[in-house]
Amino acid sequence: MNESITILETDALPPSKGLFQERWDILKRNTMAYGSFWFLMSLLALAFIGKVLTRYIVVFDPKIVRLSEKFLPPLTAFTSSITPKEDAPAFGFYLFGTDELGRDVFARMLEGTSVSLSVGFVAVGIMLTVGIFFGGIAGYYGRVKIGFVTVDAIIMRFVDIMLCFPTFFLILTVVALLPPSIYNIMIVIGLTSWMGTARFVRAEFLSLRDQDFVAAARSQAIPEWRIIFIHMVPNAIAPVLVSATLGVASAILTESALSFLGFGVQPPDATWGNILSDGKNFLFDAPWLTFIPGFTILLVVLAFNLCGEGLREAFNPKLKTTS
Amino acid sequence: MVNFILRNIWQRIILLIFISIISHAIVHLAPGEPALVDPSNPRMKAEDIQRIRAAFHLDEPLHMQYVYWVKDLFTGELKSFKDNQPVMGKIWERFLNSLPLFVIATFITWCLAFPVGIRAAVHRDSTFDRSSTFVSYALISIPGFFLSYLVIIFMVKTFNIPVLGMRTFGLEDASFLFQSMDRVWHLTIPALMSAIAGTAVLSRYVRSQMSEVLHQDYMRTARAKGLPEDQVIYRHGLRNALLPFITMFGLTIPGLIGGSVIFEQIFSWPGMGRLGYEAILARDFPIILTLNFMTAVLVLVGTLVSDILYAVVDPRIKF
Repeated sequence: MNESITILETDALPPSKGLFQERWDILKRNTMAYGSFWFLMSLLALAFIGKVLTRYIVVFDPKIVRLSEKFLPPLTAFTSSITPKEDAPAFGFYLFGTDELGRDVFARMLEGTSVSLSVGFVAVGIMLTVGIFFGGIAGYYGRVKIGFVTVDAIIMRFVDIMLCFPTFFLILTVVALLPPSIYNIMIVIGLTSWMGTARFVRAEFLSLRDQDFVAAARSQAIPEWRIIFIHMVPNAIAPVLVSATLGVASAILTESALSFLGFGVQPPDATWGNILSDGKNFLFDAPWLTFIPGFTILLVVLAFNLCGEGLREAFNPKLKTTS
Repeated sequence: MVNFILRNIWQRIILLIFISIISHAIVHLAPGEPALVDPSNPRMKAEDIQRIRAAFHLDEPLHMQYVYWVKDLFTGELKSFKDNQPVMGKIWERFLNSLPLFVIATFITWCLAFPVGIRAAVHRDSTFDRSSTFVSYALISIPGFFLSYLVIIFMVKTFNIPVLGMRTFGLEDASFLFQSMDRVWHLTIPALMSAIAGTAVLSRYVRSQMSEVLHQDYMRTARAKGLPEDQVIYRHGLRNALLPFITMFGLTIPGLIGGSVIFEQIFSWPGMGRLGYEAILARDFPIILTLNFMTAVLVLVGTLVSDILYAVVDPRIKF
């Protein structure tokens, strides 16, 4: 008798869980998304280690050219007597083979990991900044009028205009006309993909701006930029997080498509995209130059997509932890 | 109804004017002029460059260039910088090439996505649902050109069929049957490749729409009446799930120009996307601008058509 009462009491007072803890538990149930999340985390660690090992403490040097060693298949041991000893690959063998200049593909992929991911992350950072800014302004100051139109109308018509541009064509035009540089590619991808984020943030803000905590913040004469960015944005973060994850995936794909057309990140910077598009010229002689970067892109983009979809489902308010 | 349509058209025309101004500004303000494409050519003297710039109105202020462009566009006088051919003629010729590719790709997309999506929604959490979900994510995640190369190698090695270009060179004298077979082979693989990503996305949408509809009360009522399961799913379920796809159909129209650059480049298909890519390489501003403008027109027409269709099909929407 006593026991059953204590059980009832614990049932009535469940341990208080924050929003993120609760949603995180839902995400854990989705094995594919949860697995992708940890895969991406280890990839981040790999990108960081790769950056250190190819740039600062050079163990794998992606830039060494060994013309006598070109087109060696993966897992070939280093046996050449022509190439000087100090140019030998780390650990004495080529894990992913060599390319048309005898460069170690493994070292190049390792360097490309950090470059490709930073293209994705910086582009998404720009996308989020612009998207949250415009979406927040449109949502918060929506009713304010400038002349005869509202702020909301101006910004959302601008979003409509941006949505009418053929995105890839616009990116191609701008990247082709500007001088080739990795920063231009990041900026252009970011500036052509913020419209979705702006719409999500605006929609969230429309329901948030009349809630009590915003009224309370306003009554304390907190400056408006602080209300928008410190009080309201964290409450609208869920859809933003989802579109950010999916955005990284599409930025990596866009970069590889640009590389294919010859407007991607230029050498000597290696990215997965330009290793792939260089490798395709030797598809029959050296298929590993195409397959290794191709399947790497497939795996990583797939992980970002699955993780993003998992987050979208986890943050769906219709789903509650039932256990 | 007429009022609604007129108001919509009016709003879209205003949007179109802004779009054309912005795209004109982007293209003209970016560094790199047509006269500078070949800077190392010793025969290009400063006065030649000056003459070229004057001939193309490039030495006038930006707003005058815009006026010239719009005037030429609507009188049909617009000429390509590269070869002085009328822009509209060039685009029309490429449009006729792109059209079959686009129509067949769209057809494949819609015919594949619906059965897959419906089956996945009806048998939720089955093996089919899980594997189709995984495969569609994989197809979205693979770079299109990488997949195309794999398929080209596979097709050429196993079936020994031609895949590049629009037709095999040297078959001009062959009989009509041979020529059309050749055309069909050349069309199949590019259409399939450009349909793949769209199919994956669309089947996900169909699945989520259908699984939402399947839980509605009227589905239970239909089953309770004793209707056969097929009739419940296709007559009562699918017809209600179809509504949002009217909007999506309108939005696929602009894919005719922008969505095909990569695939037309891989398969050497002389279509509109490739025309745009070549124009970008040659700084052929009239063609870039006109293609951009036409895409914007297609987007706006697509959304207008889907708005009107939505209102016609859905009796809950009133004016």
